[in-house]
Amino acid sequence: MATALTTQVADVDTAAEPPAYAARLAHVSKSFGRPGARQLVLDDITLDVAPGEFVTLLGASGCGKSTLLNLVAGLDRPSAGTIEVPGARPSLMFQEHALFPWLTAGKNIELALKLRGVPGGERRAEAERLLELVRLGGAHGKRVHELSGGMRQRVALARALAQDSQLLLMDEPFAALDAITRDVLHDELTRVWRETDLSVLFVTHNVREAVRLAQRVVLLSSRPGRVAREWKVDIPQPRRIEDAAVAELSVEITEELRGEIRRHGQH
Amino acid sequence: MASTETAGTETAGTEDDAAAVGTAADAAAAAAPAAARPRKAADSHDLAGLEAGLDALDTVQVRRASLGQTLVSKALPPVVAVALVLVVWQLLVWAEVTDSYKLPAPSEVWDEVSDAWLRGTLLDYIWTSVSRGLLGFLLALVIGTPLGLLVARVKSVRAGIGPILSGLQSLPSVAWVPPAVIWLGLNDSMMFAVILLGAVPSIANGLVSGVDQVPPLFLRAGRTLGATGLRSTWHIVMPAALPGYLAGLKQGWAFSWRSLMAAEIIASSPELGVGLGQLLENGRTASSMPMVFLAIFLILIVGIAIDLLIFSPLERSVLRSRGLLVKS
Repeated sequence: MATALTTQVADVDTAAEPPAYAARLAHVSKSFGRPGARQLVLDDITLDVAPGEFVTLLGASGCGKSTLLNLVAGLDRPSAGTIEVPGARPSLMFQEHALFPWLTAGKNIELALKLRGVPGGERRAEAERLLELVRLGGAHGKRVHELSGGMRQRVALARALAQDSQLLLMDEPFAALDAITRDVLHDELTRVWRETDLSVLFVTHNVREAVRLAQRVVLLSSRPGRVAREWKVDIPQPRRIEDAAVAELSVEITEELRGEIRRHGQH
Repeated sequence: MASTETAGTETAGTEDDAAAVGTAADAAAAAAPAAARPRKAADSHDLAGLEAGLDALDTVQVRRASLGQTLVSKALPPVVAVALVLVVWQLLVWAEVTDSYKLPAPSEVWDEVSDAWLRGTLLDYIWTSVSRGLLGFLLALVIGTPLGLLVARVKSVRAGIGPILSGLQSLPSVAWVPPAVIWLGLNDSMMFAVILLGAVPSIANGLVSGVDQVPPLFLRAGRTLGATGLRSTWHIVMPAALPGYLAGLKQGWAFSWRSLMAAEIIASSPELGVGLGQLLENGRTASSMPMVFLAIFLILIVGIAIDLLIFSPLERSVLRSRGLLVKS
């Protein structure tokens, strides 16, 4: 918690009581390009992620999902509006595993711990614990290229958890995996999320995945990205991607998403 | 939890659960323990087994060739090639294609080698040049590395001296010998100056191209982990740029060695001792082709040996550890 906040993050008094949100976006807009030829990518996004909540952001191409995550992660600044993320810098997982190939799986995690300020003597044990958490107990000395795609993403998850932030941002982390592995990682992520007190903001274009994982699905419209609609998902966990309730809600959301996409063909 | 659901979430769905707020899912899970719990336990067990199976199926097996295979595939071809060159050379001598003072027989060159060995000067020649070359190279390393980092990371520095650095690489370092002699005199520091001017641009440029090729994803990942500024340079940029940097070092050594030979051939003085370049020059003035050949071979062999003993293993181990040498 002591880590310095990202620049655009408003300081929140963490001493009194824990803040009522893991992330708060108020009227956030983002545009790119030179003045005069600016392109609005995100328009007036207002969104709260509650502590411990799992939210998926769903949208077609061009909805600015990744841009939004970059803003929350502090890698970029919004053009307007405010983003508040109390506590440590949020951790971020990418579609590519983004593990450093010059380090072993365990050392990747230890680097995250080191950058967080964990003393040298404790890093090894903590890395082992995190690898156990993603069920890769024996993989500490493995090189990244020796791991399968699913294992790499699990190490990446462990590395993200090593940052010990309250908020985990995920940018289509399973999009490049095969269906079976993705299914297993859904279970794995749900398990890890329930075992920790993490809040998750998960970006995807896969409706089923969004419904399978989230407590709340937020649909973004495209060009510019706006919050189009949101759904509470109260299907009890553990869910399966083939559950009837998941399918039912997915059909409804897919219709809505298609409607959003169709609008773009009409101009 | 429920209190946080108010801001900005007014776009409630048409579903009848729209009234239920954040805790709904948790409550539902808790309210149906009999149904949920056995399934959860079974799922958890299944998941571990499933995952272990997937891991085993997907894991890449890395196999390394045995020593015998390596010898046959790597050492044998160059030995055969050298033997062929010697045979052709001997045939040319027997065919008397040219005067014997222009093309000595391999045996004459060998006599020159054993002569120098018996006089105890062979290792002196080599050591004089190698020690100079390596020391100069290490100096170039110490100067070239921070210079390369500066050029790679600081925009104004790159705009200012980047092109000059690339230009210097194409300037033959022998061109620096006359000014170096005038500025520094006939001594070791003049040799080092020529080596530095040859090798520093190579090393710096290698590092610059290594840094340029660092995938932006690594920098983003590093930033989210909290690596900024110098910590990013040390933990992310430098290790990620290592392959390019090593290629630059390898080229830097080649440039050091060539610059040194040029300097030794041109600038001779008794105080400088006899290095390989001086040996070559001595051979020319004495019109002794065996000595000239000896010097050329030694220069070549030292260059190859340093590459084989230092740079190639280093490069291969770096590439192998990153999975860049794995053949499927």
